[in-house]
Amino acid sequence: MRAVITVIGRDAVGILAKVSGICAEAHANVTEVTQSVLQDMFAMIMLVDISSLTVDFSELQDRLTGLGNSLGLQIHTMHEDIFNTMHSI
Amino acid sequence: MINAYDILETIRMIQDECLDIRTITMGISLLDCIGPDTERACEKVYDKITRCAGKLVRTGEEIEKEYGIPIINKRISVTPISMISASSDGDPVRFAKTMDRAAKECGVNLIGGYSALVQKGFSAGDKAFIDSIPEALASTERVCSSVNIGSTKTGINMDAVKIMGRIVREAAEKTVDDRCFGAAKLVVFCNAVDDNPFMAGAFHGVGEPDCIINVGVSGPGVVRSALTKYPDADINLLADIIKKTAYKITRVGQLVGVRASEKLGVPFGIVDLSLAPTPAVGDSVAYILEEMGLEKCGCAGTTACLAMLNDAVKKGGVMACSRIGGLSGAFIPVSEDAGMIEAARSGSLLIEKLEAMTAVCSVGLDMIVIPGDTPAEVISGIIADEAAIGMVNSKTTAVRVIPAIGHEVGDELDWGGLFGKGPVMSVNPYSPKKFINRGGQIPAPLHSLKN
Repeated sequence: MRAVITVIGRDAVGILAKVSGICAEAHANVTEVTQSVLQDMFAMIMLVDISSLTVDFSELQDRLTGLGNSLGLQIHTMHEDIFNTMHSI
Repeated sequence: MINAYDILETIRMIQDECLDIRTITMGISLLDCIGPDTERACEKVYDKITRCAGKLVRTGEEIEKEYGIPIINKRISVTPISMISASSDGDPVRFAKTMDRAAKECGVNLIGGYSALVQKGFSAGDKAFIDSIPEALASTERVCSSVNIGSTKTGINMDAVKIMGRIVREAAEKTVDDRCFGAAKLVVFCNAVDDNPFMAGAFHGVGEPDCIINVGVSGPGVVRSALTKYPDADINLLADIIKKTAYKITRVGQLVGVRASEKLGVPFGIVDLSLAPTPAVGDSVAYILEEMGLEKCGCAGTTACLAMLNDAVKKGGVMACSRIGGLSGAFIPVSEDAGMIEAARSGSLLIEKLEAMTAVCSVGLDMIVIPGDTPAEVISGIIADEAAIGMVNSKTTAVRVIPAIGHEVGDELDWGGLFGKGPVMSVNPYSPKKFINRGGQIPAPLHSLKN
């Protein structure tokens, strides 16, 4: 089971570190990351394995949303199924 | 890895274009609650609803969070209460109050099924039941009612049509202090379906399983936004874009339905392939039609645009889900659609045009505010016309008009929330009284020699 974490907002030092820190704490294994900075806008898509989480998936979502709020970033954490179902036949 | 563009597209659809699941509706059969003693029957109804749907709202919220997709409504539909109340002594309104109490306990915002099916005639208790509808709607908060007065196979029960004109008026009169809201919770159907997840017309048909989950999707904002990217495309391309978008929207409905069914341990019924607007700006079916090239919804060309939209939505959605049902199609409720409200205010959208539009889309004359002095027989006439369109075209049609008691053309009724607000629209002042008073049954139409 995997989840997709997307982070969008103004670039700053340590965004990737903070997001992956929260993932590590919850035992979510980061499997893929794509990231770009266009002008000063930061956009990251991260794929994490959530099959051996030590907390509930909703708890991980809350922590990441909380981080987003404190950094002024939009962080969405969604189960990968929604993307797979919508975009493949 | 999942394509980054796809991920961002999904997030944009949800964040900016109002993509949502409009409703997860649990259908619950109450056939095992029938009994001679009303009080005992009501107890059984309450117990069954709260037992089956106790976890519905919480489960819906969990799925919302898991997939990051808003699920706007969690609702319940039950077996038409006229069938349950027929064997009990006493006042059918007690069942409505029980439904209301159960809905509040479960935390759902609406519960449908205070309904009767009288397309070919009245069975014992049906007339008394229909007479109780205005009181049931006035004395409850969340109960919705519907009456099926015709079908393609049976024709139209004109005695019921006559009664329903009066009942719609009474429902508005009894709730005049609440902006006539009673009439907004009452739908008169032709060809009503058993698995409709949408209110106010949802009920749980008798051929359905004991308990089932049906899902209604939405997404007019997503369709419109997809079309804006092709300002000069021809109609073929527009139809293709709508199909692709509808596919994506419906896939989410299928995913949510399957997940809800797993989590609740209840079979998954159908996805209703719908484009259901809300009063929120950017969530309007009328704006899609305007995006196709109409100056204002309601002008010449509106019916053609809507026919294409409705068909493309179904074609796109059919492949996206395992079972389709309900009312499937684009909805055109006036008060619930920012673009329709605007078009009605400007005088571009008239009831007569809306009636034509209902011949090519789902579902009927929906959430239309009419002058408070509209006589019952005129409302009956409107119902008869709409039912005739449904009967002849083998499709579901419905009438949900709200007589704005004490108001006239130019005024507005505002309910807020999902029900929105609507300008009072003018109605042809000439009377069909003699026709309506004749009573009887319009015979079922011929199914060959189609012209």
